[in-house]
Amino acid sequence: MSGYPPELRKLIKRVEETRRDRIKAPPPRRLTLDERDSLVKAWHPDYKPELKRPLRMGPCKGMVVYSAIADLLESWPLVMPNALDLSRIDYDVDVLIIGSGGAGLAAAWWAVESGVAPDRILVATKLRIGDSNTIKYQSGTQAATASDDSPLIHFLDTMAGAHFTNNPRLVKVLVEEAPMIIKWLEELGVRWDRAGDDYVRVAGGGATKNRLHCCGDYTGLEVMRVLKDEVYSLGVQFLEFHPAIELLTDPENGGVSGAILYNLDTREYKIVRSKVTILATGGIGRLHIAEFPTTNHYGATGDGLVLAYRVGAGLVDLDTLQYHPTGVAWPEAILGELIPEKTRSLGAQLLNIFGNRFIYELEPRDVVASAEIRECAEGRGIITPTGMCGVWLDTPLIEELRGPGTIKRELPALYRMFLRHGIDITVEPILTYPTLHYQNGGVLIDEWTHVLRPTGEPIMGLLAAGEVTGGIHGKNRLAGNSTADIFVFGRRAGIAAAELVKKTVEPPRISLNHLKPIIEELSKLEVPISRRAPILLPDYRGKAVLTRIININL
Amino acid sequence: MSSSHEGRFVTIYFNDEAFKVPEGLTVMKALEYAGIRFTHGSGCRGGFCGACPILYRLPGDYKFRVGLACQTAVVDNMRISLIPYVPVVPPKIKRSDVKPSPGYVIALFPELTRCVSCNACSKACPQGLSPMDAVQAILRGDLIKAATLTFDCISCGLCSLRCPAEIRHYLVFRVVGRIVGLFYTPKVKTIEHRIKEIKEGKYSKALETLASMKPDELRKIYDSYLKSGRLPEFLEVK
Repeated sequence: MSGYPPELRKLIKRVEETRRDRIKAPPPRRLTLDERDSLVKAWHPDYKPELKRPLRMGPCKGMVVYSAIADLLESWPLVMPNALDLSRIDYDVDVLIIGSGGAGLAAAWWAVESGVAPDRILVATKLRIGDSNTIKYQSGTQAATASDDSPLIHFLDTMAGAHFTNNPRLVKVLVEEAPMIIKWLEELGVRWDRAGDDYVRVAGGGATKNRLHCCGDYTGLEVMRVLKDEVYSLGVQFLEFHPAIELLTDPENGGVSGAILYNLDTREYKIVRSKVTILATGGIGRLHIAEFPTTNHYGATGDGLVLAYRVGAGLVDLDTLQYHPTGVAWPEAILGELIPEKTRSLGAQLLNIFGNRFIYELEPRDVVASAEIRECAEGRGIITPTGMCGVWLDTPLIEELRGPGTIKRELPALYRMFLRHGIDITVEPILTYPTLHYQNGGVLIDEWTHVLRPTGEPIMGLLAAGEVTGGIHGKNRLAGNSTADIFVFGRRAGIAAAELVKKTVEPPRISLNHLKPIIEELSKLEVPISRRAPILLPDYRGKAVLTRIININL
Repeated sequence: MSSSHEGRFVTIYFNDEAFKVPEGLTVMKALEYAGIRFTHGSGCRGGFCGACPILYRLPGDYKFRVGLACQTAVVDNMRISLIPYVPVVPPKIKRSDVKPSPGYVIALFPELTRCVSCNACSKACPQGLSPMDAVQAILRGDLIKAATLTFDCISCGLCSLRCPAEIRHYLVFRVVGRIVGLFYTPKVKTIEHRIKEIKEGKYSKALETLASMKPDELRKIYDSYLKSGRLPEFLEVK
């Protein structure tokens, strides 16, 4: 067990020296909207043009997105259209759900509730059922359930947090249905934190009312335990370690009619034909865009984006990403892992090397992250033993403000994570720096999760919900809105799927015809053949090993 | 990711093969550095999902130690086994049949009564929980205590592997947690009221107005709301 080396212990002294005065001092004031704008424009990675480029092909040709996302969208398929036998269908279902995080499982539940037979639903997932970002979520779910709050204020906070770039139609759905989601999950058995006979509602950055519903700091764990148990018990079919590698389309109308799955163990492909396909594939953190570490789970490689783009989906706001203000900057073993927003909600302050505060900690996430990047860039950060830069998050202050034992009670997961590396956060502060957290934008959808072409016309048979979609959070998401999103729109996807199943009489035809023009375009643009997608899993193998690898079929 | 591996190296043994890896990495990152590419046994990588339990031994120590590959730092000469899967099959629960009684739980998991209080489960918990106390609480009829003791369970299954009574701990605790959520958690009145308001359309007109406004107009409204703490009159709902 290591703990902090002596040079950092010296710097911690400064944090301790200013603590008493900081308790007494009034909080830094909230920034005006103009001040927020100028801070993010100066420091946030979203405003660095060198990280982006216009798309060179596909339905959104010309749209500027992060270059790493452009590369993903302009990749060779993993399979060629004529290389596979599509005549043998392995799974013939009404609804195929790709992904088993919060959005996928909510969709499955509501599809059953809306009349689809459970054994006619297949949930295919890359890793295990429930392996997702949802299971990691700590800071809670936003819903205007308090009597002094209202969906209107939730609407305005959400829009303002994204600098008014969201699709207001989708935000309206989000804020009106979020309270219902809290109740739905509770009726399945989720134990939201209580104070007497009311909820505990925690503050979140950019929210003007306390609106986060939590289950300790294991919120996602509790929600996913219940959802997994419930959806499994309903008798829905599951297929684990089977990522989707391509969608199938009807050769007549270009609508989506299933997917090709890949068995990670046996390396077989499997053909799924479905009347409706729901993309619930999550986000993109494991691409480590702009070299940032990430909070995301192992499978977050943006598969849904490229699958949807190849069948003609429109995209929105992929020129922005969310860097969570408080990722772990050190120790290296847990680099990039999340320090939940709740830590700041409970009173932990952000400090530079002099032990001084430099931002009101509960501004929207892009604002706080920008302020940290500024402190480091201007030499007021702390250099970690691995050469990174970070700022302090003064966690012992929580114990001073709210009494000893608060951290162990309110943040047991965080306490445990640092203690495993020799740091007791009840007495020592944390080194933090922004970490790649969330894909703000994504696939274009309408209020009932139908995936749209850039023209606004729906793609038949294809729905999408959760982080893979865009519009709800505009160019910056507020804390706790992603999990409101996955359940509100996951539910809608399940209901919409049931509707579509009722309307679809004939089983659809399947093909990979949509890949043909894409392949022509890729050759014309001379995209290197080594650039292939979906990526499925990140490759963290050491350089020394990779230079000596040969592949032999045993 | 700008961190470098210029520091010291340690040796770890995986499947009895020695690998030299940088000090300070987790077992998961160290095995990746050594050339292993995970498909199984790597999930959230943050200590929440239970995909990556490990058993390991340290030099000169007879004890079987447990941990999570994504949370355990490598130690020189440690010997590691990955446990990416524990064979436990869950019962299917019909919500309308769930009863808040220990009898219901024991009927689903009859092996609970075989617990001999050996505490092997608690010693095997990488979360530092006490599954044995929770099992005993269930047998004594105290489901709330059992649920509280196991709220932080990440379903890794290590306890079940070590259990001589073959108890399916994390599945038991999942059901007990749901029972407490369903039967022993106070209902909240404010949410019923809010959902009723929304269903009656109390906010829809005002939301419709907001949703049709231009960003500049919304910005002005929000700015004045931030200053005054109040919404403009035309948005007041009755």
